[in-house]
Amino acid sequence: MRAADITAFGLPVELAEPHAPVVLFDKVNLAFDDKTILRDVTFSVRAGHTKIFLGASGAGKSTILKLMLGLLKPDSGTIWVLGHRVDQMTETQMMGVRHHMGMVFQEGALFDSFSVGENVGYKLYEETSMPLEDVRKRVEEVLGFVGLAEYVDRPPSALSGGQRRRVAIARAMAARPTLLLYDEPTTGLDPMTCLSVDTEIVKLRDLEHVTSILVTHQLRDAFFIATHQAQRTASGEMALVPASEEKIEEADFVMIREGSIAFEGSAGDLRTTTDPYLRTFLS
Amino acid sequence: MTERRGWAIEAVKSALLEVQEYFRLCGAAIRATFSRPFYWHDLIEQIDVIGLGSLTVVLLTGFFTGAVLALQSGMTLDQFGARPFVGRLISASMIKELGPVLTALMLAGRVGSGIAAELGSMVVTEQISALRALGTDPIRKLVVPRVLAGFIMCPILTVVANTVGMLGGWIIALTQLRVSSGIYWSSVVEGLYIQDVWMGIIKPFFLGFVIVTIGCHVGLRTSGGTQGVGRATTNAVVAASVVVLVVDFFVTRLLISLLF
Repeated sequence: MRAADITAFGLPVELAEPHAPVVLFDKVNLAFDDKTILRDVTFSVRAGHTKIFLGASGAGKSTILKLMLGLLKPDSGTIWVLGHRVDQMTETQMMGVRHHMGMVFQEGALFDSFSVGENVGYKLYEETSMPLEDVRKRVEEVLGFVGLAEYVDRPPSALSGGQRRRVAIARAMAARPTLLLYDEPTTGLDPMTCLSVDTEIVKLRDLEHVTSILVTHQLRDAFFIATHQAQRTASGEMALVPASEEKIEEADFVMIREGSIAFEGSAGDLRTTTDPYLRTFLS
Repeated sequence: MTERRGWAIEAVKSALLEVQEYFRLCGAAIRATFSRPFYWHDLIEQIDVIGLGSLTVVLLTGFFTGAVLALQSGMTLDQFGARPFVGRLISASMIKELGPVLTALMLAGRVGSGIAAELGSMVVTEQISALRALGTDPIRKLVVPRVLAGFIMCPILTVVANTVGMLGGWIIALTQLRVSSGIYWSSVVEGLYIQDVWMGIIKPFFLGFVIVTIGCHVGLRTSGGTQGVGRATTNAVVAASVVVLVVDFFVTRLLISLLF
């Protein structure tokens, strides 16, 4: 759904409701000192859908993710995440909401002092009462999902940039989040590695049914994620195929320009836009 | 002139903000110590890093301080024919003042800088944000174990420094000053009052707390990439060293009024 009116979303959100909005921003404003970062930002993200934020560096894209996670608080406006009004929650209350979320940071943000396996199993080991044996199994499972099962005991410093991003994705998905946030997951990677990271994002969305919010300025990756879908074949293998029209419609593009939403629509809408700024960005 | 005044006001504001944030961190750390979740294995790890890791430097500092104190005071005491009292001077100096302060300064250099660099690096590489995103409170996970480890280990390391300091003094008294072991050790015991021992034990708790909290505060407020980490490390050592001397003065003043 693409609407700017808060009444259209029928809050509070029931998580069990199919396609309910899991994230809702209503007229969110944020400034650091005299610099405006976000101005009247309003959007929603429906369960199981993908939201892709595009924009130049410094436009305020990553700030939106930090606001969702409660790492920053807005100056005004309301933010609902998974049925909770996070702009009014304390850090302690936010911990409960964050248990249902995962975030892949720009450079991975893996813990240097832990091995790959410890990074991936961190949340399960430290913040849940899951038995160690089950944690180990889940770590192996998610590392296998991103194709890095043999790296479980290596330190993050021994990994390449692309492998670090994939471990970061594995860490974010280990606790089976409802909502996954990706902050420039492919920035600085070579095209082949970008493709493998994009594939992981599509797999997670379609096979694990995780709502995805992606921040990037890499158009090729954004369109790849919006126009592909992952399926399991009869033999149980994963296959990446061109997305159906319905699936493509489930991916929303949002262009952030100087802290405001300059465009919101599907991949098709973005391709056919006549806005001079967007045309320049697309070219 | 107006520009200079504006700059001064900004500097004062910035300093007050730092102090406010420091006390907020201390308050949050103390509250988190007495509530769940508590990361026991991190506390054990930090006791190892801060305590055992600092043992070598504390042993060397304590030993050579005691030894040089014996050398210097031996010459001075000779002028009054009081060489046999060298043990009394060493024990009083080491236990009341030099042991706690030198141990604290060594910890400020080793532990304070290490904590500021480690936490600063975690801030600039977004590992702190990642911790929060994973549902972990960085105060509980990173600050509380370090503060408790510093609080527990600083007095223990001070006792170690005092002990090896007196041993260093004994070796010098025996080999250089020709003072017999019996005279030295009886002088060491005679020079001490129970109040001195209490003072030597109580002060390191305060000093350990400020060293680690300053390291954590400076580390967690790091900004400006790797250059910022370097700056934070230097600031942590300088601030912790100065605050150790200031706190030492005020705690000594307080303990004198309470104990004597």
